Amino acid sequence: MTATQTAALRVEKLDRVFDVSAPFLSRLLYRQERRYLHAVNDVSFSVPSGGCLSLVGESGCGKSTVARLVTGIYPPSSGQIRFAPGRSGQPLSAQMIFQDPYASLNPRWRVKTIIAEPLRELKLRDTEALVAERVAELLGIVGLNVADGDKFPHEFSGGQRQRISIARALASEPEFLVCDEPTSALDVSVQAQILNLMRRLQDELGLTYLFISHDLSVVRHMSDQIAVMYLGRIVEHAETEVLFADPKHPYTRLLLETIPDVNSPHRDRKIVAGEVPSPLSPPSGCTFHPRCPLAQDRCKTERPNLETKPDGARVACHFA
Amino acid sequence: MLDATPSCLEVRNLVVEFPGRHGTVTALNDITLDIRPGEILGVVGESGAGKSMTGAAILGLLERPGRIAGGEISLAGRRIDGLGDRAMEKVRGREIGAIFQDPLTSLNPLFTVGAQLSETIRQHIPGTSRAQARARAVELLQEVGIPAPQERVDHFPHQFSGGMRQRVVIALALAARPKLIIADEPTTALDVSIQAQITGLLRKLCKEHDTAVMLVTHDMGVIAETADRVAVMYAGRLIEIGPVEDVLKSPAHPYTRGLMASIPALGARVRTLHQIDGAMPRLNAIPAGCAFNPRCTLAGPRCRRNRPDLIPTRSGQAACWLYEGGVE
Ligand SMILES: Nc1ncnc2c1ncn2[C@@H]1O[C@H](COP(=O)(O)OP(=O)(O)OP(=O)(O)O)[C@@H](O)[C@H]1O
Ligand SMILES: Nc1ncnc2c1ncn2[C@@H]1O[C@H](COP(=O)(O)OP(=O)(O)OP(=O)(O)O)[C@@H](O)[C@H]1O
Ligand SMILES: [Mg+2]
Ligand SMILES: [Mg+2]
Repeated sequence: MTATQTAALRVEKLDRVFDVSAPFLSRLLYRQERRYLHAVNDVSFSVPSGGCLSLVGESGCGKSTVARLVTGIYPPSSGQIRFAPGRSGQPLSAQMIFQDPYASLNPRWRVKTIIAEPLRELKLRDTEALVAERVAELLGIVGLNVADGDKFPHEFSGGQRQRISIARALASEPEFLVCDEPTSALDVSVQAQILNLMRRLQDELGLTYLFISHDLSVVRHMSDQIAVMYLGRIVEHAETEVLFADPKHPYTRLLLETIPDVNSPHRDRKIVAGEVPSPLSPPSGCTFHPRCPLAQDRCKTERPNLETKPDGARVACHFA
Repeated sequence: MLDATPSCLEVRNLVVEFPGRHGTVTALNDITLDIRPGEILGVVGESGAGKSMTGAAILGLLERPGRIAGGEISLAGRRIDGLGDRAMEKVRGREIGAIFQDPLTSLNPLFTVGAQLSETIRQHIPGTSRAQARARAVELLQEVGIPAPQERVDHFPHQFSGGMRQRVVIALALAARPKLIIADEPTTALDVSIQAQITGLLRKLCKEHDTAVMLVTHDMGVIAETADRVAVMYAGRLIEIGPVEDVLKSPAHPYTRGLMASIPALGARVRTLHQIDGAMPRLNAIPAGCAFNPRCTLAGPRCRRNRPDLIPTRSGQAACWLYEGGVE
């Protein structure tokens, strides 16, 4: 969006389809059709170098799938993912902090081995003594103790595990970090420490982030730009302050209204009305139309394209 | 606090220890709390404070070599600490439903979600036919907001998104209509509208079936909306407990005050968030006196000497000398 900065990552017309058909035999027996799930649909965005783009949207809208496509865990069904050259001249490669911290840590390895793996793999430290020193430093950075390195992942609390996976991601000195709910298992005080750390790394090392969180106050704190996803598509993409000051898509507006508020206990939140549609059989036209307060006949048949507004926001709505 | 309604859950002076190579660490120390039927008790506190451990102790799921070294746990008047493994397995699932922090660990990757739900239902509600169990499974998926439940019921866990898996685990915990639900970060990976739906569901269950809920979460917004009372833990102890409005709006313990101040505000955008400097002490290096004293800006000599017990405050209790004779 901001043309003055170079993009660290450019994603164009990204698609990912999963085959979720029943097993062959039961398809045969019950005459079922093959079923496909279009998890990511025609997604394009770019992340400015040294900046932070956040993906938000309800559960199942495709955020983690975009993260997995960008980091190469899944191949795209179609579309392009291009990283700019990094410090070494090679294209940047992305490191990922996973949503499920426990599942991403090898349970049979000690924590120090887990964190040291990228150091050894990429030969970032020459001697074992230097590796150990760096591991100790990383443990300290995420608020754990050197002695914790000798323990196994199961001996840690949920939030401590998440910090281990952050330490491992930082070990490889990445220039591009994809963070999928990096602080969701952390209490607010540790979360504040980690978010402050991530901001500092950004300032000092020019780290670029693709950030996923369902916590909009965290997203607002971290990001320069926000892309709102709905059923696999981006429906609004704007500078953070523009999005919060003037949300244009009706879905974005509903999303901002449902934020829980510490200052009003027992408030009944507005819940986005209507049933959440299934990505297995998405509604026609604008996929948000069954839940949209502004929907007209046109929305049922014609899908709106992302259009750029005067303040730079891109919005896919006929009436925004 | 005296009250006519008998408690659903009663925990008295619970102590949990982990014997280890370098001596025994006390992971939970002198935890006392009650939850009445139909009540939601929120449990908050820094990562590693002992929230999940408290839930695990109640469920009889302490990881070896961890053990209950003191205190009592009763469910609807019956002691459940010290029950054998078989008896405890019956209590879990039928009387206590558990929602764990890590959804993947509660789901078997080899079976469809529907098969896992049906099995739980048939185990806990004897006489349920396969078809009935399946219909109930679909209904439960619907209740936790999974779109197209008739179709999703035949999918495997890895085919769901993170938040959907978490909701499947919630559906599993609700399957047997338990008296007590222990929910450990049930809404962690959920976006706000699903979060509202789940907390609404918990509240509804509470009121309609008089289910007691222990809700562990670090999300103060969820606590504010859902809990009736809040317990705050620090370094294995309960340091504050009271009605939700008071603990959130005028926290008594300096740690709770720091916790409330570290929440990123939606309104104002600041470059650096407030943080409580330092880290929670490790369990084998808990300082003398109040465990929070090295990080506390109000600490005095007394706080470094003597450990305060829970002391009555305006409407709750806090373990802080400020409420009994001062810190000098
Ligand atoms: N199996 C174990 N062996 C030894 N220590 C353990 C074990 N499991 C947990 N601990 C320790 O007990 C303490 C309490 O852990 P617990 O999981 O209850 O924390 P928590 O309050 O739930 O934190 P979080 O918010 O991060 O989930 C932690 O310091 C942890 O390191
Ligand atoms: N490996 C897979 N096989 C089949 N379907 C998948 C797979 N991974 C994801 N999906 C489907 O793709 C859709 C998007 O999932 P994704 O994990 O990207 O959601 P998300 O936005 O990260 O949600 P959450 O906030 O719940 O983590 C979901 O409908 C999910 O069921
Ligand atoms: Mg996800
Ligand atoms: Mg925990």
